[in-house]
Amino acid sequence: MTPPAARPGATKVPVPTATTAAPAPSPAPAPVPPGGRRALPGSLWPYLLIAPTVLGITALLAYPLARNLLISLQHYGMAELIRGGAHFAGLENYREILGDAEFWRVTRRTLWWTAINVVLIMVIGTAVALMLQRLGRRMRTLVLSGLVLAWASPVIATTTVFQWLFSSRLGVVNWLLVRLGFESFQDYSWLAHGPAAFTVLVLLVVWQSVPFVAITLHSALTTVPTELFESARIDGAGGWRIFHSITLPLLRPIFGLVLSLEVIWVFRCFAQIWAVTGGGPGGATTTLPVYAYQVARSLHRYDLGAAAATVTVLILIAALILYFRQMFRQEAEL
Amino acid sequence: MRPVPASPSRVLRRLPLHMGALLTFAVCAFPVYWMVLTAFKPTADIQAETPLFLPTSLTLEHFSAAVNADGFWLFWRNSLIVTAGCVLLALAVALGSAFAVARLRWKGRRGFVLMVFIAQVAPWEALLIPMYVIARDTDMLDRLPTLTLVYFMITLPFTIVTLRSFLTGIPRELEEAAQVDGCTRAAAFRRVTLPLLAPGLLATSLFGFITAWNEFAFANMLIIKNQDDRTLPVWLSSFSNVFGTDWGATMAASTLFALPVLILFLVLQRRVASGLAGGAVKG
Repeated sequence: MTPPAARPGATKVPVPTATTAAPAPSPAPAPVPPGGRRALPGSLWPYLLIAPTVLGITALLAYPLARNLLISLQHYGMAELIRGGAHFAGLENYREILGDAEFWRVTRRTLWWTAINVVLIMVIGTAVALMLQRLGRRMRTLVLSGLVLAWASPVIATTTVFQWLFSSRLGVVNWLLVRLGFESFQDYSWLAHGPAAFTVLVLLVVWQSVPFVAITLHSALTTVPTELFESARIDGAGGWRIFHSITLPLLRPIFGLVLSLEVIWVFRCFAQIWAVTGGGPGGATTTLPVYAYQVARSLHRYDLGAAAATVTVLILIAALILYFRQMFRQEAEL
Repeated sequence: MRPVPASPSRVLRRLPLHMGALLTFAVCAFPVYWMVLTAFKPTADIQAETPLFLPTSLTLEHFSAAVNADGFWLFWRNSLIVTAGCVLLALAVALGSAFAVARLRWKGRRGFVLMVFIAQVAPWEALLIPMYVIARDTDMLDRLPTLTLVYFMITLPFTIVTLRSFLTGIPRELEEAAQVDGCTRAAAFRRVTLPLLAPGLLATSLFGFITAWNEFAFANMLIIKNQDDRTLPVWLSSFSNVFGTDWGATMAASTLFALPVLILFLVLQRRVASGLAGGAVKG
């Protein structure tokens, strides 16, 4: 694959000065450098290189987002989908979903869903990362391979496996629980009970997400020179003191990044919920993305679905702001 | 790091740690192990009242049931086409952008990088409805290229960010030396930087591969009427319609679905783990 820069016409233009990271205000970035005629194509290069990306983001991300906002402000049902000619409805759709008790139940459930999952993921992930740091080489490799195995397993494949593990008749989980003395789990149907189905989904998402957190935090820890820990130990610092004064401050920035990423991922999680429970039983596992999908697809109320999706985006933006603040603290050289 | 010889008290002290490690490994690996084991177990063993945790006898009947299920190869092929298309497209486009960001100075660079970072965390699940409406309006519903385009957009920002960080890791002096030796800038990039970038390209395309291979929500939303254009995840998620409660066949199909990703991941484990973590977090 040839790089896009390999256009024969440009070979004589050596893209001057622009390459060296001159901190001084160089004239190169200006759209039309005051230099010669030949410099013009050189300064156009970056824009040609990023054009496909800008085009893609505009057409496939910005436009759908804007369209979503527009649909949420229109009357948009089955008829409009087929015949077009949707009418402007103002904030009517928002009034309708915000006045719907079901919407608030779903929103509350989504926040709980996010909180429970993220807390579990971060606590377990951090614990595993700290454990990895203290393990010998062989044990560490073993645990890391397990983590990578779980991480690499495709979402939908894992989903079917969990359905099999929690299957009522022959599932291993029920068998184990009965063996441990919980007789009531004999042939227990996890997916037929709201809280149980919720639990299965939490376990599934936690299982899928912990490896990323553990591996990321672990690799952040390994960048710390071991001498730091050793000298602290020589100076008489105990395990807790070392954790508190060295490990924690070192982990904090990357911890913040991972935390906000997990909030975003868990909050907008759709595939697992839809594939395992479809939002059921009785709506017990319906979160906002599932709700928006259901309203749009089963009720053909695309306008209401779009409004719910907009609310989702607004809530996510709060988490995103947190993420970007962390990101910019990290990205000094941006 | 562990100069102290293993004394009995030390072994005892480290016992909880090692128990924790084994437990972590078991919890991580068991579902995958159980999937593969079930796929190879004879039906009688699967239905045994007491689960058999070690293989007694193995069979390929479930795999043949999965492979011979209606449309399996078709969906496999669809997934492969969509995935490959998305990865190649994303790489080609991202390489240009990553180069512009990492190697060139231009006005609007910061803004562009910010835009890519924002796109990286775009709430894709919230865009299902407008995507459906747009695809319907433009006659793109029920077509595989639509999925390729959407997946391309989902993976592109990450690909740019990761390639950029790999590119920054390659000293530009190497390119400059080649230019001094008479290479054009393009040739210097192609002959010097591109080969060094190969691991980065590999790690990044693996990520794109996994994302596209796994994607469910859009495949479920945008391919509706034309069932022959479905991809593997959608087909697999409806396994109860396909196999009923035939867990052997379901697990065999899941294994076949997970196999390409697991193989790639395990082969490239170290490089990918660090590359992905670095790309996702450090940018």
